[in-house]
Amino acid sequence: MPADTPAIDPGAQSTPVIAQMRRGLALDNRFLPPLLITCILLTAHLSFGILESYQRTALAIGTAILAELVMGRLTYGTWPHLASAYITGISVGILVRSPFFWPYVLCSLISIASKYVLRFKGRHLWNPSNFGLSAVLFLAPETVSHLSVQWGNVVAPMVIIWLLGFAITWRVGRLHISLTYIASFLLLSLVRSGITGTPWPATVAPITGPMYQLFVFFMTTDPRTTVSDTRWQCVVVFLVAVVEMILRLNEVIYAPFYALFLVGPTALAVDTWKKGVKSQIPNSKSQAPI
Amino acid sequence: MRRKISWVVWAVVLIGSLAAVKALNDGAAASARHDAGAAMRFGFALRESAKARGVEFVHQAPTFDAQLAHIMPQVASMGASVAVADFDRDGRDDVYVTNSGEGTLNRLYRNTGNGRFEDVAPTTGVADLNTDGVSMGAVWGDYDNDGYEDLFVYKYGRPELFHNEHGQSFTRATERAGLPRWSNANSATWFDYDRDGFLDLFIAGYWPDDVDLWHLKTTRIMPESFEYANNGGRKYLLRNRGDGTFEDATEALGLTSHRWTLAVIAADFFGSGYPDLFLANDYGVPELYANRGGTRFEEVGRTAGISMSPKSGMNAALGDVFNDGRLAIYKTNISEPGVLVQGNDLWVPKRDASEGPADYENLASTVGVDLGGWSWGAQFGDFNNDRTQDLYLVNGYVSAGERSSYWYDFAEIAVGHSTIIGDAKNWPAMRGRSLSGYQRKRLWVNDGVGRFTEVAQVVGASDTFDGRAVALADLDNRGALDAIVANQKGPLLIYTNTVKPGGHWIQFLLEGRGVRGGSNRSAIGARVEVQWQGRHQVQQVTAASGFSAQNHRRLHYGLGAVDRVDRVVIRWPSGRTQTIDDPSADTLHRVQEPDAR
Repeated sequence: MPADTPAIDPGAQSTPVIAQMRRGLALDNRFLPPLLITCILLTAHLSFGILESYQRTALAIGTAILAELVMGRLTYGTWPHLASAYITGISVGILVRSPFFWPYVLCSLISIASKYVLRFKGRHLWNPSNFGLSAVLFLAPETVSHLSVQWGNVVAPMVIIWLLGFAITWRVGRLHISLTYIASFLLLSLVRSGITGTPWPATVAPITGPMYQLFVFFMTTDPRTTVSDTRWQCVVVFLVAVVEMILRLNEVIYAPFYALFLVGPTALAVDTWKKGVKSQIPNSKSQAPI
Repeated sequence: MRRKISWVVWAVVLIGSLAAVKALNDGAAASARHDAGAAMRFGFALRESAKARGVEFVHQAPTFDAQLAHIMPQVASMGASVAVADFDRDGRDDVYVTNSGEGTLNRLYRNTGNGRFEDVAPTTGVADLNTDGVSMGAVWGDYDNDGYEDLFVYKYGRPELFHNEHGQSFTRATERAGLPRWSNANSATWFDYDRDGFLDLFIAGYWPDDVDLWHLKTTRIMPESFEYANNGGRKYLLRNRGDGTFEDATEALGLTSHRWTLAVIAADFFGSGYPDLFLANDYGVPELYANRGGTRFEEVGRTAGISMSPKSGMNAALGDVFNDGRLAIYKTNISEPGVLVQGNDLWVPKRDASEGPADYENLASTVGVDLGGWSWGAQFGDFNNDRTQDLYLVNGYVSAGERSSYWYDFAEIAVGHSTIIGDAKNWPAMRGRSLSGYQRKRLWVNDGVGRFTEVAQVVGASDTFDGRAVALADLDNRGALDAIVANQKGPLLIYTNTVKPGGHWIQFLLEGRGVRGGSNRSAIGARVEVQWQGRHQVQQVTAASGFSAQNHRRLHYGLGAVDRVDRVVIRWPSGRTQTIDDPSADTLHRVQEPDAR
C-alpha cells in the first residue's frame, strides 16, 4: 500500500528552533518511513504474530526491490533509491492476506510496474501499493483479502504506533494530511452510524486497527501522489474519506483502498494539468514543487 | 527512445501481471462441476438416505438472553453434533446426535442391521439433556473398562456423563464422577494421558464458565479480539482415578489456556508414546500441547511452526495424506471471497517424529484443500478405497436471507479494538441477513501424489445446509465409509457410499486389556500401520475428531487393487507393539491387546 518516501516540503517555512532540531536529527528523510514501517512490522509480529508468514513478506519485499532495480535501471540508466520499493514490498507483505504465495509476488510487481507505466506529465498518478493492493483485491476475491487483525488486546501498542506515526509525518511535513483524514473518518463514521443505525463504536472500529495506521501514515501521505498545495492536500484527503463513506454505505469491504484509488489520481491529474498551465504564467505564486 | 521502449515493456508486464492475478484466482477457486452420470469417475458415489433409514431429525438452536437478540443467529450457531459408537456391541455402529433447543431431545439412533435406525435415546436415558443448559456435542469412551462405551455430553451448561449398562441403558454418573458444575464447551475428548489404562477426560471451554448465556450480567462477554482472544473458557483435564471418579489435574499439568477452543484432538504427535493435544481455537492461534511423560503438558505450537498466524480454528482431524506415516493435522478456518481469506491449514510434519524436534509446514494450498468457505467439521477417510485418504468438509455459518449478507458489518466490527469488539451491544444487528450461508460442501479426492481434487457436487454431496459436524462410519459393514452430517438448524443427513467394485479394503477394531499397565479398553491412542508392497499408511484411534464429531472406532484402510497386506504393526497405548503378518483383505479384524510383550 504505502509506497513513496515522504520528503520535507522545500517550500515549507521553518522557525530557527525547528530548523535547528531538524539539523540535529540529520537523518535522510527518505529512511524515516521505512524505519517506521519496519518498527510497526517487528512490533506487531513479534508481539502478536501479525504476518501471514516470514516467507510471504520476504517474497513481497524481494519482488518489489528486484522490480524497482530492473525497471529503474533499464528506464533511466541509473540505480534507483530503494526506500520506496522497500516500503511498497513491506506494505504488500503486511496488508495482503492469502494462503497462496503468488499474490505477494504479483501484487508487488503490479505496484512497482504501475509507477513506471501509469504516468501523466512525468508523474505517476497512483500510490504504487494502493494500486497493487486494489488491483489484487478486485481481481482475486476468492484468494486474497487484506489485513484485518488487531494490535492484540491492549491499547499500548496502538498508542505507540499512532504517536510514532504522528511524529514522523510531522517530521516530513505531512501531519496535516493524516490529521485531516482521521478527523474526517471520525466525523463521517458518525454520519454512517446515523444513516444505518449501526452502533457508532462499530462504524469507528476499523480505524483502531493496524491496517488503517498503515493507510493513514503511508498511503495518504505519499508525496509523489498527492497534490502540491497544503490546503488542497487536506481537501483531497477529505474527499477520500467522503468517497470511502459512500463505498462503506454500499458495504464495500475494501472501501479505503478503493477510495484513494479513485480520488488520489484524479486530484493529482488535475493538479498536474493546472501546474502545467500555470507554469507558463510569469510570476505565478504556485511554485511549490514536489 | 530508451524510455519509450521501457514504457512499452513495463506496460506489458503490468497487463500480464493483472491477467495472471485473475487467472490464478479463478484457477484456485475452480472445482469439479456437477456431471450427472459420471459420479463413478472418482470411484464412489454418495446418496443421501437418512429418511430411508428411518432418521428424521432436525436440529434446533437455543435462544439466549434477550440482550443478544440482535446477534442471536451467530452466538447460538453451534450445537449440531454427531458421535458414532457401537454402544450395544452388536457389531453395528450406532449414532448419537445432539439437539440444542431448550427442552428438546437428543437422539441415540441404534443401528438395527437392516440399513435402518431406531431412536432409543428416550428408553435408554440419554435424550432429555437440554434443561440445565443445552447440548453442544458428545463423545464416547469406555472410562471404566467394562467393554461398553460410555457417553459424555458437553454443553453450554452442566456437562453430563452416562455409564453404559451393558448396552441396555445408561445411568447418569455426573455427580459421582465429579464433573464441573457448569462449563460452556464446544469440544471434549477421551484419552489416556498418563497411560495408566484408564481414559481421562479433556473438556475445552469456549465461553468462560461464569457466563450464563440465558442470564447475562453484562454484555461484555464477546471475544476481546478477532485474532488474539484469551478471554474464552478454561480447560479441564480430569484424571480418571479408575474407580469411576475423576480429579481435576488441569493446572497441575500446565493446561492454563483460556482461548476459545472449538476442536480438540489427542494423538502422539511427537513419538513419545504419550498422547499430546492439539487445540483448534477460534479468534486466535491453535495450540499444541506436548505431553511430557504423563506428568505435564508444554505448549509448543510456536516452536513447532503451527501457532504463527491467528485464524478462526474450528476443526482438528488427522490424516496420513501422503502414505508415509506422517500424521497431518487439518484445521479449518474462514474463507469468504472478497472479504476474508484465511484459508484452511494442513499441518504436515517436515520429518518423522523420531528424526528430530517437531516442525510443521502448512501444505493446504500446495495440495489444494485450503478454500472451503466458512469451514466447520472435516474428516479424512478413504471413500473410494484407492489406498489414499480423502477429505470431507462441511461449511456454512448462518443461512438466512438469501440475498442479504451480514459480512460487511461483521468485517467492520471484527477489526475493532477489544474495547469495541468485546461488548455485544456494539455489534451491528443481523436483521435476518446471512453470514456465509448456503455454501456448497467440499469433498476432496486424494490422488496420492500430493494433489486433491474437489468432487462434492459430482459424487452427490450437494446439500447447502449449515454443516457443523461430519462423522465417518461403515454403517452397513460393507467395507465402505458412509458420512453422517449434522447441520445447525437443519436435518441430520446420512450419505450412503457406493464404492466402485474392485477396490479392496481392510478394517481393524482394537480392544485394550483394560487393566492397569495395559491399554484402555477402547484402545484410544493406538497407532496402526498397515504395510503393503513397500508402502504404508498410519492411522490412530481417537475419540473426538473433526468438529463436535466422533468417527466409528474401527480403522478403515482402502487397498485399491491390492488384495493382500504384508504386515500390520500395532502400537498399543500401553506401549506394547504387536505385529500381524498377512492379514486377509476385505475383512474387519477384531484385535485384542496381547497379555505380554
